[in-house]
Amino acid sequence: MTEDKRAPTVEMVEITKRFPGVLANDRVNFSVTQGEIHGLLGENGAGKSVLMSILYGLYRPDSGQIYLHGAPVQINNPAKAIGLKIGMVHQHFMLIPNMTVAENVVLGFEPPGLVLRSRDISSRVAQFAAAAKIKIDPNAMIEALPLGTRQRVEILKILYRQADVLILDEPTSVLTPQGIDDLFTSLRALRDQGKTIIFIAHKLKEILSICDRATVLRRGKTIGTVEISRTDENELTEMMIGSKMVPTRRAKKASNGKLILQGEEITAINDRGVVALTGASFQLHAGEILGIAGIEGNGQTELVEVLTGLRRPTSGKIMLNGVDLAGISPKAALDHGVRHIPEDRHQRGIVLDFSVMENLILGDHEQPLFKGFLSQLKYRFIRRFVDQRIDEFQIQTPNRETVTRSLSGGNQQRVVVARIFNRELTLVIAAQPTRGLDVKAAEYVRRKLIELSDQGVAVLLVSADLDEVMALSDRIIVIFNGKLTATSDRPTRRELGLLMLGETKDRS
Amino acid sequence: MITTPTSAEKKVVGRSIVWLMLSPVIKIWPELAAIVAAFLVGAIILVVTGHQIGETFAYLFRGAFGSRLAIGFTLTRTVPLIFTGLAFSIAFKCGLFNIGAEGQLQVGAFAAAWVGFALPPLPPLIHISLALLAAAIAGGLWVLVPALLKAKRGVHEVVTTMMLAHVGILLTRYLVFGPFKAPGWIPHTPRIAASAELARIMPPTQLSTGIFIALACALILYWFLWKTSIGYGIRAAGLNPHAAETGGVSVTRSIVVALVISGALAGLGGAGEILGVFRRFVEGFSPGWGWDGIAVGLLGRLHPVGVILSAFLFGALRTGGMAVARATPVPLDIVVVLQAMVILFIAAPKLMKILKRRGEKE
Repeated sequence: MTEDKRAPTVEMVEITKRFPGVLANDRVNFSVTQGEIHGLLGENGAGKSVLMSILYGLYRPDSGQIYLHGAPVQINNPAKAIGLKIGMVHQHFMLIPNMTVAENVVLGFEPPGLVLRSRDISSRVAQFAAAAKIKIDPNAMIEALPLGTRQRVEILKILYRQADVLILDEPTSVLTPQGIDDLFTSLRALRDQGKTIIFIAHKLKEILSICDRATVLRRGKTIGTVEISRTDENELTEMMIGSKMVPTRRAKKASNGKLILQGEEITAINDRGVVALTGASFQLHAGEILGIAGIEGNGQTELVEVLTGLRRPTSGKIMLNGVDLAGISPKAALDHGVRHIPEDRHQRGIVLDFSVMENLILGDHEQPLFKGFLSQLKYRFIRRFVDQRIDEFQIQTPNRETVTRSLSGGNQQRVVVARIFNRELTLVIAAQPTRGLDVKAAEYVRRKLIELSDQGVAVLLVSADLDEVMALSDRIIVIFNGKLTATSDRPTRRELGLLMLGETKDRS
Repeated sequence: MITTPTSAEKKVVGRSIVWLMLSPVIKIWPELAAIVAAFLVGAIILVVTGHQIGETFAYLFRGAFGSRLAIGFTLTRTVPLIFTGLAFSIAFKCGLFNIGAEGQLQVGAFAAAWVGFALPPLPPLIHISLALLAAAIAGGLWVLVPALLKAKRGVHEVVTTMMLAHVGILLTRYLVFGPFKAPGWIPHTPRIAASAELARIMPPTQLSTGIFIALACALILYWFLWKTSIGYGIRAAGLNPHAAETGGVSVTRSIVVALVISGALAGLGGAGEILGVFRRFVEGFSPGWGWDGIAVGLLGRLHPVGVILSAFLFGALRTGGMAVARATPVPLDIVVVLQAMVILFIAAPKLMKILKRRGEKE
């Protein structure tokens, strides 16, 4: 027995997990003690999610052993994990929309008896919520709740199942700055009650402000575990990516370029027929990066779709160099030099089962550059062209014929970005361009956006990542509830956060 | 300078030759396994129903490949299956399930027959071309309404093509029993003009030059799908309509083009039967080539070359099955069972894959 009075709650020893072609975890050691918030840090693909999926019983390790309170355990499935009081909040929530908060929380673990007394369960759930300092109405319908609140329901769900070890997979990605504060308050309360919390993240600031200790993974290996009080951002960054990296900063430019895009009172409805965008007006100049900040689901998707020809606005004008783009086809938008980095890479960005080559010409396959006599694709030229692109954009792929599905997320996004440069362009609509990418890949995409703006291309950057918007944009507009609000020249995080929640400027 | 290969080099060369010979087999092992498994199930059914396995399979094989004549019959039945297999494949490449090829085949066949008997004798090349064109147009038109409904309104094509298939079958039946019935008690139309006939190339079997038309269609379809930008758009729309749309592909246009070509190919399949085999429209001339095209396309992995191979297999099964039915008490239905088993074993692994992928997401 060790002398440390805090014996590890969970200890994972020499965990190895291999997927075809990938060594996801290479003899990883990881341990957490009771009553701590432990950060698990690493780039995308470093093996964090795989390691936690092993702990939660979703994957079985090829070798290695898990100890719980010092005793070896086999966790073959999530049910076993729940039985061992381990709970996990995934990035994608698993809630039933047309049931109440309380009903979702007790689902599968209802109190005995044939009749479910809704008053009983909602008061029980309210107790759990109060103990965890979670603000929630147990009787609210899930479908009426914003994403951030749904996350609280997921946390409640695992607390209700008596979990002692809570695994949170990138919990802050759906939250506003204020929402993050609330989450951290709850996590601290839970820690003080003796719960053990594993916090997966790739944002250093969050790890630094909430965690007691952190373990860094890099390329499937444990790099080390550090006490947060004895480390700083630089050390963690170095552990994470192996070399110091300065976040992109750029000198703000005055918008003296030519007016490229002017949105005039654009109104649009979403797929459910609800007004999602009301009277959106803005201007975008050549060489300018205009940031659209906002919590997801406030109309940015519809704005992007309207600008790229994917959605017909119900009213308003979209003037691009004096031509109205409202209601044109996506192909016509492309032909007008509007390029698009879609927010959902797998849904809109690439055809997963196409080869890298085929994806690299998507959107330009009807161009004389690639298309010849009888609509034949000029494969001889395309092959050379694509090989050059793969080289230039450092797309890590065995060859151009490789199925794009087998590439990592960062390399898939490089394909999407490389494609933008296929022909003359005047405007780039970049929607969540770095979502899910590791530090290096995200940095690469940001550099490319800056490069484009330096070449005089107008860039509209829609991002949920406030740091990204603030670092890249010359101007920032906040979108809330389908409305655009301009911000001051150099808005603070707090100002933006309040606007994103719909507070008016005068109250901030 | 010439050096003699070392033993290690020889080994590598030897291995690569074995690999070269084996690699196509390895690549299509799921299909081969499905065929073997189908025969195993067929054998079990034969045993359970009290038939001789060895005798049955021997007749099956001999009936399909045992003589020059047998091969001629097998090839004759391969031709319509190539057409309908291609028809199924191009629609499926666009993510569409054209289940109504049988109806498109029937109306195409009737159109070809009509051009054959209603027009005065013409130079053969012109007459045949007109008949083929009429069949392609009729088949294409027959699927145009489902195509437009799918593209504009999202109406599911399985329902509409299936319903229209029956309309097509019944319509041609009406035409051949009614207005276009030739004198006599058999429900068939007048014979087509000699100038519209496709020449027989392996008498006394009915194998005609239609087989070259079928092979040419497979070749053209391959070129169209993989070498042109329109085919590229169709494949993109089939694999991910959202990404295709974002990339400027008109998904609605792709749907219409893919389905109309699918219908035209099925119609050509009907024309091949009329101009090459029957020489007139005969009620019930098709034992269900259109429906069988689904299995042919799936087993052929929606690839023209695969379609040719699997059409040959299914043609052989049918021919051999008829020999079995003639020589033994085993009914022809055993062939249907074998076909169904192949589909099941081919579809099952694909389903497993989809389910597995879904499982990993959760």
